[in-house]
Amino acid sequence: MDFLRPDSWADALAAKAEHPDAVPIAGGTDVMVELNFDRRRPAALLDLTRVDDLSQWYQQDGLVRLGAGVTFARLISELGDQLPGLAMASRTVGSPQIRNRGTVGGNLGTASPAGDAHPALLAAGAEVEVESVRGSRRMPVSDFYVGVKRNALEPDELIRAVWIAPATGPQQYSKIGTRNAMVIAVCAFGLALHPSRKTVGTGIGSAAPTPRVAAQAGTFAANALEEAGLWESRGELPPSLAQEFAEQVQAAASPIDDIRGSAAYRLLSLSVMARRCLVWAWTDYRKAA
Amino acid sequence: MRITTTVNGEQRQVDDVWEGESLLYVLRERMALPGSKNACEQGECGACTVYLDHVPVCACLVAAGQADGREIVTVEGLQVEGELHPVQRAFVEAGAVQCGFCTPGLVVATHDLLERSGQPSDPEIREALAGNLCRCTGYEKILDAVHLAADRLSTSEKQ
Ligand SMILES: Cc1cc2nc3c(=O)[nH]c(=O)nc-3n(C[C@H](O)[C@H](O)[C@H](O)COP(=O)(O)OP(=O)(O)OC[C@H]3O[C@@H](n4cnc5c(N)ncnc54)[C@H](O)[C@@H]3O)c2cc1C
Ligand code: FES
Ligand code: FES
Repeated sequence: MDFLRPDSWADALAAKAEHPDAVPIAGGTDVMVELNFDRRRPAALLDLTRVDDLSQWYQQDGLVRLGAGVTFARLISELGDQLPGLAMASRTVGSPQIRNRGTVGGNLGTASPAGDAHPALLAAGAEVEVESVRGSRRMPVSDFYVGVKRNALEPDELIRAVWIAPATGPQQYSKIGTRNAMVIAVCAFGLALHPSRKTVGTGIGSAAPTPRVAAQAGTFAANALEEAGLWESRGELPPSLAQEFAEQVQAAASPIDDIRGSAAYRLLSLSVMARRCLVWAWTDYRKAA
Repeated sequence: MRITTTVNGEQRQVDDVWEGESLLYVLRERMALPGSKNACEQGECGACTVYLDHVPVCACLVAAGQADGREIVTVEGLQVEGELHPVQRAFVEAGAVQCGFCTPGLVVATHDLLERSGQPSDPEIREALAGNLCRCTGYEKILDAVHLAADRLSTSEKQ
């Protein structure tokens, strides 16, 4: 096995082009488990932890440009105010040790339907920037997930960053698991109110082959809030609106029965989480007036 | 592959490290530092917790090559001039050690917590130690040990 350790982004791209079968490793919290258990014997590991560019975040063009190598721990401590939904989701990941190493880029690389970053990224309308020696491209995060644990990367591409608009309204994240710490989601939901655009962002986790948005539910809620003049009045949220939203979120999911939970349980819990997230976020929105 | 690291303040170099090997394996099998325990090799138990550049991590999930040129502190490195660190002493005295397999990881995680927070509350302790499993003590004595260590460290600071 080779161990490639580029110390610049250009070198990392060159290494990936030369060794398309090399497995990138960032925090290693997914990759090392596979190696330790002999589930994977890649021809080479491509260590990304020495590429400074990946562990940086900064604001550019009104967006937060979050390097793929920023850890969950840093997201929580440094970006809780700008990216509250993603920070909330990050707090639910594994344990302190896992959050100290695990990265958003790694979560995207694994592209598990249960990855906690995904519902928050979807709800915020994030974009993923990927690059190879051939050039760079940016896509909505919803296009990045292409199948169960499959993403849109070409063999020579690496994830460079995620671009996310700083929150202009309340965001929420809700996750169901068997205990509080160290738990993979049975089902999860992310929500973002975007009052500046009068839209409602959504993200479903662990209830479909890929993380996905509940597009109709978001449009329904945004329109209903608009028709009732609630974005301006910040009036109380009609329970029927929250209920209809929850049902539409449920309709957007297509869960399976597995060891962590049944499809029926996932649908039920998803509708409860969707309703709660909307109510919590709306309550925050009203308080912010 | 050759790995050069600073471990517990000492420069260490090892050769013929397999590229897919974990830092935990290097520490235990190549550097004769068996303090960090191997219990799950999948990040679930925290028995292998070490500091990597001052950040507590599961050594079983760090690839050996990622530790090259970095600074590592293991549970062996916490002792002060040959004496147990106050966190270690508190674990012994509070009865927080039974089989002891989880202890090294819990000691490192507690050490980190008390560096950041002088007198943590029970929920703070539970959150900070959520990545460390213990199958013997039922955790109550571990909480006692953390409080005891916190008390002693804060009094010794005041003196
Ligand atoms: C005990 C434990 C608990 C966990 N709990 C949770 C949890 O609660 N929620 C959750 O979502 N996840 C959890 N995970 C899974 C894991 O921590 C996350 O998926 C994490 O985000 C992975 O990030 P990493 O940097 O460690 O990735 P790595 O393991 O380094 O890489 C993961 C994948 O991404 C690829 N990759 C990494 N960076 C790039 C890049 N820049 N470009 C292209 N490909 C890249 C790698 O090749 C690999 O395929 C847990 C893992 C463990 C061991
Ligand atoms: S051995 Fe590393 S976490 Fe269990
Ligand atoms: S003392 Fe035995 S596992 Fe904790």
